[in-house]
Amino acid sequence: MQLETTINGNKIVLDFAGGEFLAETLRRYGYLSVKEGCDTGSCGLCTVWLDGAPVLSCTTLTARMEDHEITTIEALNVEAEEFAQFLVAEGAEQCGFCAPGFTMTVLAMRRELKHPTVESINHYLAGNLCRCSGYKGQMRAIVKYMGVE
Amino acid sequence: MKYIGKRIPKIDGVGLVKGVPAYTSDLAINNNALIVKILRSPHASARIIHIDTTDAMAVPGVECVLTYKDVPETAFTLAGQSFPEPSPYDRRILDPVLRYVGDEVAIVAASNERVALRALAKIKVEYEVFTPVLDVESALDNELKVHATQPHTNFDVGCDASRNVAAAHSLEFGDVEAELSRCEVVIEQTYRTQAQAHAMMETYRASTSIDVHGRLQVMTSTQIPYHVRRHLSVILGLPKSKIKILKPRVGGSFGGKQTASVEIFPAIVTMKTGKAAHLVYTRQETFCCTTSRHAMVLTVRLGADKQGNIKVVDIHTLSDTGAYGEHAPTVFWVVGQKTLPLYSAICRYHGHAVYTNKAPGGALRGYGATQGTFALESAVNELAEKLGMDPAELRLKNLIKENDAHEALCGSLPGRPAVLASSSLDRCIKKGMELINWKNSFPAKDIGANKRRGYGMAVTMQGSGIAQIDTGSVTIKLNEDGFFTVSHAASDMGQGSDTMICQIAAEVLEVEMDQIIVASFDLDTLPYDPGAYASSGTYVAGKAAVIAAEQMVAQMRGAAARILDVSAEAVAYDSGLLSASADKKMSISELATTLCSFAGMDQLISKGTYGGETSPPPFIAGFAEVEVDLETGESKVIDYVAVVDCGTVINENLARIQVEGGIVMGIGLGLFEEVRYSGKGRLTTNSFMEYKIPSRLDIGEIRVAFEESHEPTGPYGAKSIGEVVCNTPAPAITEAIYNATGMRCRNLPVTAEKILMGIE
Repeated sequence: MQLETTINGNKIVLDFAGGEFLAETLRRYGYLSVKEGCDTGSCGLCTVWLDGAPVLSCTTLTARMEDHEITTIEALNVEAEEFAQFLVAEGAEQCGFCAPGFTMTVLAMRRELKHPTVESINHYLAGNLCRCSGYKGQMRAIVKYMGVE
Repeated sequence: MKYIGKRIPKIDGVGLVKGVPAYTSDLAINNNALIVKILRSPHASARIIHIDTTDAMAVPGVECVLTYKDVPETAFTLAGQSFPEPSPYDRRILDPVLRYVGDEVAIVAASNERVALRALAKIKVEYEVFTPVLDVESALDNELKVHATQPHTNFDVGCDASRNVAAAHSLEFGDVEAELSRCEVVIEQTYRTQAQAHAMMETYRASTSIDVHGRLQVMTSTQIPYHVRRHLSVILGLPKSKIKILKPRVGGSFGGKQTASVEIFPAIVTMKTGKAAHLVYTRQETFCCTTSRHAMVLTVRLGADKQGNIKVVDIHTLSDTGAYGEHAPTVFWVVGQKTLPLYSAICRYHGHAVYTNKAPGGALRGYGATQGTFALESAVNELAEKLGMDPAELRLKNLIKENDAHEALCGSLPGRPAVLASSSLDRCIKKGMELINWKNSFPAKDIGANKRRGYGMAVTMQGSGIAQIDTGSVTIKLNEDGFFTVSHAASDMGQGSDTMICQIAAEVLEVEMDQIIVASFDLDTLPYDPGAYASSGTYVAGKAAVIAAEQMVAQMRGAAARILDVSAEAVAYDSGLLSASADKKMSISELATTLCSFAGMDQLISKGTYGGETSPPPFIAGFAEVEVDLETGESKVIDYVAVVDCGTVINENLARIQVEGGIVMGIGLGLFEEVRYSGKGRLTTNSFMEYKIPSRLDIGEIRVAFEESHEPTGPYGAKSIGEVVCNTPAPAITEAIYNATGMRCRNLPVTAEKILMGIE
């Protein structure tokens, strides 16, 4: 099957199999920042933006992407670099496998939460699992990055 | 110190966060690999009577379908251990006998995943189904056998398949029974620990192909690249020289990838077809068809006098190794090895690891010490209560201290107990008491609204490497422009060993870290290392890096002396400058350029190899403040204080995250994580929907403090940190819950349901 969509600002005609999910399509097209961790929409690793809002690409059907704007971390180099510096300053990326998806959620959160608190941040990020860090270092990084009082 | 003890970011951190391709599946997608899928047993115990692959082979796009008839019969263990491995050789690539739900029946390789799955569904299998052995406590001497024949073992580990025993062990220092009969206060309790899943974020995967030299190339997400090469060599009957192993970044492991669960399947496909193959386990396969923490039943007997002097520690363990004995003997030994030395008492450790028809047990962070610590430390808490003593004071009174010898310490020889060269555990306990306000808080307080907060504590130890067995090596090359390549195979899986080794090398070489390239990818270019396990990275490979870097400095001074025409002793080395006098001096860059040219003709390469005579234990004192809702049984760890002795802290950032991550894993073990089975032996916790790992909403405050000791044999005084971190939460939390509610849970995890039922 085929459809036209926009990935990271570029219009593209996607070839895909019926029933294919966006995470698989994106990886096949070389957007390798998109990781998959669970097969059940539970871990947040595959988070990308759909029309600017974070979605789980492993449960988003590629067939529904006609005329949408998909954004992966590859398109957010400057923003991602900025947040990455905060995260690595705490050592909180560890294995790094959850980090791109997590970062996509954090960057969306920064745009969305006008008055972030530790509680609202935790709530926003609840769907992003991490087995390495224990989350506390991630929060230290975010508090500094978002300027939470 | 310029780099040691500093908060240094991981050298690969920013790239990983930004999603730069770095993991196995990122680097292996462009070779048109066949996609490998595995047909698995639906039965916990069965035998294949008939298997027909004709229809599967006929599916367009299918390249090969392999059954037990098509693969070598060689027996092996998947455990990543130095040869001769203690684990029994009880596996084959494919076996007509199936020993758990998920055991491999057939391998399919096809042009894409959809085709492979279609072919899987067309394999016809007729099974003879047997009654499985599912209960660990009745497995021993059960008339039903998990293994009908006795597996090969490299040496006697007590394996006896006719009794369903994978390993047996008994270690006694002094006469436990006689001493116990003289004790004024005795505690005897049985504790149960559950199977826990690693739940690393990157599932198991490997990618194979034949390279231009006709060698089998294997790229794999592993923490044991050298052991994987040995496994494949033995199983496939290929010389090691014909196998090339590549280890990219690893997306978490926690011991899971110390068992080579997947590499053999794409490898046999590539050997059969000559084509590239790629296997990625689904999350379900990762839960059901790899390994998990051995579930155990541990009976602890403690004897003491009325003054609180612990005289006897006796631990009996029954370990459930599931269908195969990967790490069965060693995890079982470590239960005793990493608990008995804590207390200076007459002690014994004994029991069995038994086979059952469940998913195999394996290596998981803590490696038996976690289970042993839960049992022993829970018993010590119970002893304190019986004695009417503060549990922290009871420990301070009885703990092993720096410079004490203990026969159960790793590295002891008969009649020559090893000496504990470094410990600040007493300081860790005192510091923890202060941080959690122990004197005013213990045991519990009412906070209204039907909620109570309880306090509990535990201590633990682990090791640093495997004494007198494992050694790691590091090489350093001075490149032509004056930067260095440091090569090692200590196998960073996120913990940061690449960064740690870079820091240490930079410290000794007195250069900036960005003048050092860390090579850890291609085994062809790396010196030997057994891999990232047994908490050996910093202690073993870190020490090897110190030695290699010191050698490099000596070699640079020698080479500069030759070029400057002075004696080596006359050349001083300081921060990249080699100087004999005001006019006879040169930079590293000048030296390297000369050495790599016709004028110098002597490129410098140094090496360091290290293995510990002992396995210096890191220690932690953990304190939990747990709030329990008496109406619902819900509990939450409000505050967890961990005070850590890992010797010198090489990198505070990385060490702190290891502690926090390990504590959260330990909280999961204590409160809710549990691998569960149906009555027929099907693993039911097969997704993150069913198997809950801690999310950020489950975690309260975690406070980490370091009380450094100095380990004289370690690099800059350092010991390990990676495993010891997940041992204290379970016993500290269950004790806190007891103090809050009066409900003592000896059967992990202590769920809300158990608490509520227990209160009533």
